[in-house]
Amino acid sequence: MSDIHKTIEAVWKIESTRLIAGIARVTRDIGIAEELAQDALVAALEQWPEEGIPEKPAAWLMTAAKRRALDYLRRGHMLEIKHGEIARDLEFQQQRLGEAMDQALDQMIDDDVLRLIFTACHPVLAVEGRVALTLRVACGLTTAEIARAFLVPEKTLGQRIFRAKKTLSEAHVPFETPRGDELRKRVESVLSVVYLIFNEGYTATSGEEWMRAELCNEALRLGRMLAELLSSDFLVSEVHGLLALMELQASRTAARRGPSGEAVLLSEQDRSLWDYAQIERGMAALHRAQQLGGGARPYALQAAIAACHARANTLAETDWERIVLLYDALLQVGPSPIAALNRAVAVGMAPGPAYGPAAGLQALDALASEPALTNYHLFPSVRADLLVKLGRYGEAREELQRAIAMTDNVREHELLSRRLEQAMSVDE
Amino acid sequence: MRFMMMVIPKGYEAAAPDTVPDAKAVAKMMEYNRSLQKAGVLLALDGLLPPSTGARVAYTDGKATVTDGPFAEAKEVIGGYWIIQVRSREEAIEWARRAPMSNHEMIEVRQIFEMGDFPADVQEAAEGFNDLKNAAADKA
Repeated sequence: MSDIHKTIEAVWKIESTRLIAGIARVTRDIGIAEELAQDALVAALEQWPEEGIPEKPAAWLMTAAKRRALDYLRRGHMLEIKHGEIARDLEFQQQRLGEAMDQALDQMIDDDVLRLIFTACHPVLAVEGRVALTLRVACGLTTAEIARAFLVPEKTLGQRIFRAKKTLSEAHVPFETPRGDELRKRVESVLSVVYLIFNEGYTATSGEEWMRAELCNEALRLGRMLAELLSSDFLVSEVHGLLALMELQASRTAARRGPSGEAVLLSEQDRSLWDYAQIERGMAALHRAQQLGGGARPYALQAAIAACHARANTLAETDWERIVLLYDALLQVGPSPIAALNRAVAVGMAPGPAYGPAAGLQALDALASEPALTNYHLFPSVRADLLVKLGRYGEAREELQRAIAMTDNVREHELLSRRLEQAMSVDE
Repeated sequence: MRFMMMVIPKGYEAAAPDTVPDAKAVAKMMEYNRSLQKAGVLLALDGLLPPSTGARVAYTDGKATVTDGPFAEAKEVIGGYWIIQVRSREEAIEWARRAPMSNHEMIEVRQIFEMGDFPADVQEAAEGFNDLKNAAADKA
């Protein structure tokens, strides 16, 4: 790629979201808006190498895209009178694009970006469609980049995006920010998409999956965007809770893999490899979430748990008792077998007469009938750990063998087998 | 990838100790800062007092010599910085191009080392560095 093409790509990455959002205000259809924005990009790719990068590339692209939006409306794809009105409004707007108008537009486009994100994460779409469309229209990633990140063929991903756009169009999903109770529900849907994107990146295992790991940064960027764009304190506090959780989790990235790419559990991690600048950002976000009154919401509670780990210089210094309490609070907000499992781990680690391995085992065994945990390898894996601490090595070995049989993941396999070897070498 | 965008304001090397930016420039800068924030790329930013309030500590043969500012030999000095998280060097440069700078001012764009960029032996040697950061975070 030549330098000028790299520059155009960078401009696109910066501007595409606002561009698509601004056009969608006119077309009311984000699929068409995205295509028109792409057309403007093609025009830039044709003209900029010859004429040079315009002084205000964003404004250039916006003008080019709006011209195409007008043409599109005029060509009669939408003959309804109301769209004729929109086209006239737009012409009027374009005639008066003074400095002051530019600023007003800027604020308008912020609202459009928010509408764009809400629409891309609309519940009418399958979850994978929401994720793909969000990365496409709100992060400016290409189909090829998203396909690489999700380890699926480009064609599959292209179809996924195509279907999502079609569904939105057929369901006549309005291009708007929901209001009232609906808003809160829809923010949850948006945040879950953001967290899904993050987790997809967080589970990436090795250096050659660079694009996958980049998803963590995309999710963080989306989170920061949302924190700026949403206006109600309550919703902003939710976003900060999620941001805190993501920052604190991502701060451990360098420590989560050993030299040959094997998984390293939190308890085994070299804490000097944690990113303390990122931890500070996470702590600041958590503080914001709590200040704005969202400290007891699920993401903030999970972030507070991650913060307990981040604060501890060693595993032993971890405030396990506080973690147990935070899990209690989390389980009060909503049942989660995984959270209950993690709570049992914390109970097993905490000092004091009410805690310790025996109490942990008891808490764990109370979950034995949870359907979500019956085939989950971490259940026997955690059980084995508690049994080892209680000196019950024979039972621990059985649990480890069960855990090994339950997972297909090569890295997990290695980790469990190593633990089994250790348990084998101990006499009861 | 993270980049530091360093502002090199014109004449800042000779600015008086009580120099403060004027309100109009700050308002414009805030607008730009907001755009970085709304794009979700901004990680940190700070403005620095003029070098006339600072000091330089120079090292010769293991000996440190302190010189108070302003520094006669300095032609370009840093007035502040942003740290941004972007996807390419070009993207960082594009953001720098958008900053509301005055005539003959400059922004230097530099990528920040990530731990993963270092070879294993450097990472090992840098372990202490992270411990230091850890201790600093504890105190904060």
